[in-house]
Amino acid sequence: MIGSLADGVQQLLAGLGGADLVEITLLSLGVSGLATAISLLIGLPLGTWLALSRFRSRGLVLSVVNTGMALPPVVVGLFVAFLLWRSGPLGDLGLIYSPSAMVIAEVVIATPVILGLTVAALGQLDPRLRLQLMGLGASRWQTVWWLWREARLPLLAALMAGFGSVISEVGAAMMVGGNILHQTRVLTTAIVVEVGRGEFEKAVGLGIVLLALAFAVNGILTWAQQRGPGRQDASR
Amino acid sequence: MTAREPAVARGPVTAATLVELRDAVVVRGARPVLTIDHLAIADGATLALVGPNGAGKSTLLLALASLIRLGRGAISFRGMPIGRGTELAYRRHIGLVLPDPLLLDTTVFANVAAGLRFRGVTSASARPRVTEWLERLGVAHLHDRPARQISSGEAQRVSLARALVLEPELLLLDEPFASVDAATRARLLDDLEGVLRETHVACVIVTHDLDEAVRLGDRMAVMVAGRIRQVDTPERVLASPFDEDVAAFVGAETRLAGRVVSSEEGVAVVDVGGSQVEAVSALPPGRAVLCCLRPEDVTLWSVDPGAVPTKVVSSARNQLTGRVSRMVGQGSLVRVSIDCGAPLVASITRASAADMGLAEGATVLATFKASAVHLIPLAG
Repeated sequence: MIGSLADGVQQLLAGLGGADLVEITLLSLGVSGLATAISLLIGLPLGTWLALSRFRSRGLVLSVVNTGMALPPVVVGLFVAFLLWRSGPLGDLGLIYSPSAMVIAEVVIATPVILGLTVAALGQLDPRLRLQLMGLGASRWQTVWWLWREARLPLLAALMAGFGSVISEVGAAMMVGGNILHQTRVLTTAIVVEVGRGEFEKAVGLGIVLLALAFAVNGILTWAQQRGPGRQDASR
Repeated sequence: MTAREPAVARGPVTAATLVELRDAVVVRGARPVLTIDHLAIADGATLALVGPNGAGKSTLLLALASLIRLGRGAISFRGMPIGRGTELAYRRHIGLVLPDPLLLDTTVFANVAAGLRFRGVTSASARPRVTEWLERLGVAHLHDRPARQISSGEAQRVSLARALVLEPELLLLDEPFASVDAATRARLLDDLEGVLRETHVACVIVTHDLDEAVRLGDRMAVMVAGRIRQVDTPERVLASPFDEDVAAFVGAETRLAGRVVSSEEGVAVVDVGGSQVEAVSALPPGRAVLCCLRPEDVTLWSVDPGAVPTKVVSSARNQLTGRVSRMVGQGSLVRVSIDCGAPLVASITRASAADMGLAEGATVLATFKASAVHLIPLAG
């Protein structure tokens, strides 16, 4: 086992071809990073609104969101592939088997995760904190900014979970990306290919790169999360 | 004096009115939790809002802060109606302190500066003002400490400083001393009293502590079941509670239902289950009344069971003999229940209870002045 691991790293460095590896890794990072960023832009405001408002069907909406957090990536891939298929409703855009298609699928996967965890993060704040902020003269945006700041630890956890859900995802990337070398092949789909070919050493090597990538990104976010309250005045 | 006071101060208020609430109703579910026909907050004065738990005191305070939507009614500030579009500007005239300090997860300085920063004050111009208020509340040494690391008494001072640094025109305090121990509470109360006197800021303070209300309030509003039952000076509320709920809340522990049997020269004689109680009142004979008496207004005298004339030389017109049925210690005081045909409650110091050799079952003479008895007219 140890032997095959060492072989894998060696194979990776020598046989896989450094250029291809860098390309695949950067595409993985790029697609997942972009998808996470877009999901944050959708999930954070929407989650904040859901957390702070009270309306009749709020419970139903939250149930839908929580179900979305457990959405199987393969089903998302199927759905997005159907939409983007050349003869499908959005086929004219010509996006199937492109990185854009992968980003779209991953946004669908990560948004409910970030949305749901944002609602949870803000939901665990003392509800009177909002009244206190408004009672001190905070505008709507100033109130939201401070609530985010107070919930920054669980909000960063939401971001990490969102990124984690897409960097490790393979089904949707395969289905809508097509796993085309130099175009849409990412770390997870590359691993599937190598295993299919019986190239276990290469697959293990790619797995290590994927783990290292996930560790690096989450490490940076964890560092940001655990940094103590800043000494500088950050009221705005 | 004993004439029935209006339930709620209506009509013109002597001092300039700062904030006014009219026909306000707050509904939770389908149930109205707050119904205020009219409440005026006078400029520069302190209104103490008291009442039992669940009476709607906090809800009223949040309504005054324009932080909960009124189901009906309107709030105005210096005669200007507050609504959508003017809420934020209005809130920037007030300072709010809630029962828990609710400090933000940053330094003490940034906490106290927060309200100023909301108003666009730069951090540099906020600094001297923040420092001044931290000093006035005795927490200047905490300036750079993370707010999560200070004690609850300190946190409550920081929370007060955070509201006062805004130099608000109206200070809204919801049980600001609820989360601190008795000694800290006493010191904070001293400090707050000083600040209110110096700044002449209009203030509404919610409290369930009657002593606090009497000490701080220029006026006192007693709330029961979502409504204000009585607004008046604390002295007058205590002396002349409007109804039985108010009487019970302000500590008139003896409440005896009876009927006026005669009335002469401003003194009514009330028959309460066979005993006669005299009260300063102009109510006519035949009127059903509730006799209210505060325990501290009752004096107890030990009685030699053998002695015949059980009267003492006292200006108190009411002298009733009875048996001590129960004694409960309350700090330095003892609460004594006496059965004089009608149940009576007296409150005396531990020292005098010991001097008298008072014990359950002992016979005592209870005396109280006719002016200490407040009559509340009852229906029928």
